Amino acid sequence: MKQVPILKIDGITIGQSLAIVEYLEETRPTPRLLPQDPKKKAIVRMISDLIASGIQPVQNLSVLKQVGQENQTPWAQRAITSGFNALEKILQSTAGKYCVGDEVSMADVCLVPQVANAERFKVDLSHYPTISRINKALLALEAFQVSHPCRQPDTPAELRA
Amino acid sequence: MTDKPVLYSYFRSSCSWRVRIALALKSIDHEIVPINLVKDGGQQFSEEFQTLNPMKQVPILKIDGITIGQSLAIVEYLEETRPTPRLLPQDPKKKAIVRMISDLIASGIQPVQNLSVLKQVGQENQTPWAQRAITSGFNALEKILQSTAGKYCVGDEVSMADVCLVPQVANAERFKVDLSHYPTISRINKALLALEAFQVSHPCRQPDTPAELRA
Repeated sequence: MKQVPILKIDGITIGQSLAIVEYLEETRPTPRLLPQDPKKKAIVRMISDLIASGIQPVQNLSVLKQVGQENQTPWAQRAITSGFNALEKILQSTAGKYCVGDEVSMADVCLVPQVANAERFKVDLSHYPTISRINKALLALEAFQVSHPCRQPDTPAELRA
Repeated sequence: MTDKPVLYSYFRSSCSWRVRIALALKSIDHEIVPINLVKDGGQQFSEEFQTLNPMKQVPILKIDGITIGQSLAIVEYLEETRPTPRLLPQDPKKKAIVRMISDLIASGIQPVQNLSVLKQVGQENQTPWAQRAITSGFNALEKILQSTAGKYCVGDEVSMADVCLVPQVANAERFKVDLSHYPTISRINKALLALEAFQVSHPCRQPDTPAELRA
């Protein structure tokens, strides 16, 4: 697919971020990223897919290359705004401390990187108070900090934390 | 009032078709409420439907007292609560491959060529845009399937990957993608279309199929 991420683990190679996360969940189940209750699990997956299928693919690098330089920011803003309008409504009924109740889940794993994309394309996040609140709470957690784009082996010097 | 699951679906929506296939494979009795994505400016934008799904998209399934959007979240819920017949292998590694292929289609191809994106690229650009998205994805998928496929996408059992494949091939045909470049995809698609679940759920047999497209 000529894309990242790819994970080589346990003798196999897996692409597609959520397929990877689900494999990690099944084989390294602690701490849990999916609720045990099937209905709550469905909500976590729905929110994850809203982001991973509904927003990100429409504003990823290869699509942006095709819309022309001057159109890139409005295009990305439109994709993100459309998705966040829906997500904000959904989160108002599902969220506790995090996206679904009070436990970090796969939905939160999807949320933070997408908010970073929103900031990068200068989407006005003041329209999304629930998304913003949850994002802030998640960014305080170690896992979201060590994995941050500003702390990676390939982070350019000028963007490094 | 009914206790049967209710699926909000558009006959031609490939995402809706995925859920229709899964419901048929698992013999889950259900009702369909058609939502026309084109008529009246798009019935998915009505206030009533927006309340049901803020994403303003189909499919939506109302089942067991909850409302779920996103076709693969729906299929995974059906798998967990109605596990027979299985649509995901028990082996975690094979399951990961099924999910990877499903996501390649459901995140990697379809969203880039769906109705709302096509509306934004301008009428004359729609076909080349869609062809490019599908071709790019199918180039990758054909290679992957060469090592994973048996009778179907992953081995010899119908899985969630197959549920995603057939509707995407129909999209490819609709946008006149040359499928002769994808012999594995084509072979699997043909085998799946012979199965009853893929036939009863077909866009040409839905309550909202227009007369001229009806089987």
